[in-house]
Amino acid sequence: MAMRHTYVRSMDGWWRRDPYFLRYMAREATSVFVVTYAMILLAGVIRLSHGEAEFAAWLDGLASPWSVAFHVLLLAVFAYHTWSWFRILPKTMPPVTLGGKRLGAGAITGLGIAAAAIASVGLFALVVALA
Amino acid sequence: MRPRSNQPVFWLLFGAGGMLSALVGVALVFMTGIAAPLGLEPRAVMSYGDLHAFTRNWAGKAFVFAVISLFAWHGAHRIYHTLHDLGVPTGFAAKLACYGTALLVTIIAAEALLKIGF
Repeated sequence: MAMRHTYVRSMDGWWRRDPYFLRYMAREATSVFVVTYAMILLAGVIRLSHGEAEFAAWLDGLASPWSVAFHVLLLAVFAYHTWSWFRILPKTMPPVTLGGKRLGAGAITGLGIAAAAIASVGLFALVVALA
Repeated sequence: MRPRSNQPVFWLLFGAGGMLSALVGVALVFMTGIAAPLGLEPRAVMSYGDLHAFTRNWAGKAFVFAVISLFAWHGAHRIYHTLHDLGVPTGFAAKLACYGTALLVTIIAAEALLKIGF
């Protein structure tokens, strides 16, 4: 059979061509950090189930300067995730009508970010109150 | 008839994890990774005793399990679809690596939380 030389367009760096694509990729890249954080917490729960000494070792690891610096980066990435998640929510959820009028994209994003702020402050207050 | 896609299940887990992480991710990262190690909180919130008691409670257990597993499913699904966008062939191997990791995280988290007991 004759060799076919089908043209395959290269996909290298297509997302760098346009700021819109760049924002899309930045949004997608947050997922790597979300998984990494899940793994960090998973390690903590495993250590917690192994007893006090092992859990203390996990806490010591979290207190290292590298870990704190990484969590500052994580904080920025999660903040970007929250913002971008509620920015695209109007496009990913079914339309909501309120009093016969369709809820606007800006309102959905605003409500989402407000909900995140309330949930975050609430969780923080709950943890401090329980401690 | 085409076989039904299994993607809605993964999409649902992706959405749930994305929503949960958007709502409480910032607060969690701040508490576990910055405030507690630097001693910024009023009391030692992340002490062994407090967290052990928290995860022995069924609601605390459910919360920790939801955070860890849904964050993993969210990330796995998003990484899987981004691989396609980067030109990486998304065959069975990529699917297994992404969703398999999330499944493994879920199972290990459940096992550890059950080991802590009620």
